[in-house]
Amino acid sequence: MKKKGDKSLPPISTASLPDVIFMILFFFMISTTMRDQELLVRYKLPTATEVQKLEKKSLVSFIHIGQPTLAMQAKFGTAPRIQLNDSYRTEKDILDFIAAERDKLNESDRALMTVCLKADDATKMGIITDVKQELRRANALRLSYAASKSLGY
Amino acid sequence: MAGNKRKVQEINAGSMADIAFLLLIFFLVATTMNTDTGLLRVLPPMPDPNQKQEDVKVKERNLLLVFVSKSNFIMAGGQQMDIHQLKDKAKEFILNPMDDENLPEKENKEFELPDGSKWTYPVSKGVISLQTDRGTSYEAYIMVQNELTRAYNEIRDEAAMRKFGVKFADLKEEERKVVTQAVPQSISEAEPRNVTGK
Repeated sequence: MKKKGDKSLPPISTASLPDVIFMILFFFMISTTMRDQELLVRYKLPTATEVQKLEKKSLVSFIHIGQPTLAMQAKFGTAPRIQLNDSYRTEKDILDFIAAERDKLNESDRALMTVCLKADDATKMGIITDVKQELRRANALRLSYAASKSLGY
Repeated sequence: MAGNKRKVQEINAGSMADIAFLLLIFFLVATTMNTDTGLLRVLPPMPDPNQKQEDVKVKERNLLLVFVSKSNFIMAGGQQMDIHQLKDKAKEFILNPMDDENLPEKENKEFELPDGSKWTYPVSKGVISLQTDRGTSYEAYIMVQNELTRAYNEIRDEAAMRKFGVKFADLKEEERKVVTQAVPQSISEAEPRNVTGK
């Protein structure tokens, strides 16, 4: 008797499953951005209320500053490091880095190049200032201090 | 003919869900959610070493010195203050509502609006000079930068509200440009003091 009852239940149609999944897929395609590089430092961004969105991703170059990641700490210690592209560098390399990044851009876009400084909030200003001085020397003057949006205190 | 058409086999769409899942998982792995936000600044260009630098003289009344010490104390205009007081101090400095003699001069400038009319606004000559120590933490520095930005943003909002009746962010592109010129963000970031000697 029980078996008969089971058999009479129609199977749930999965025909709309692809549509549902596609919907989720499109949501993710629109709301996310491509991961660009692997991080060798870890940082917790400071928070600010007056942040602005970085407009054109292609015009932005990133400089990461923070402690090496746990996997790298055995080799590099815990002192803050500067990461350019995919390796640890010193502030002396920023000049070359900016020149390389600028070469990648169109001539008309070069004036709009922005450097995004992603630094850990526990970093001391000494290292930040050195980086800033190098950026001035490299004539990359548009700078964005990365900070996450907070609602204030 | 009609019978022929009916014979065309339906494509099996059963694996569509799997394909969609595959794509979905690819996007989940290869992308990140957070968009980059930050405080935008324009650094001053490096002075030319061959050219003799003539000091830009800023009158004392036109300068507000904000110093963040290595223990993250804030000094603004000679007084130690709390981070919460800084915004109002900066606003008072920029706006100089009472035309105080010790606060910055203002110069009435005429701006041409996109609709052709003229708008006169007293542009402040005040410059906020932000100084840090090499031992100051980045967090404190960003907090101070944020408060100063907020002071400027609020002044811009007020100016936009008075003239156009809407907030600065809701203005049209050209109008925003005019307000930006009327309330320029003049924060000068001097090189750090080397108090700790580190």
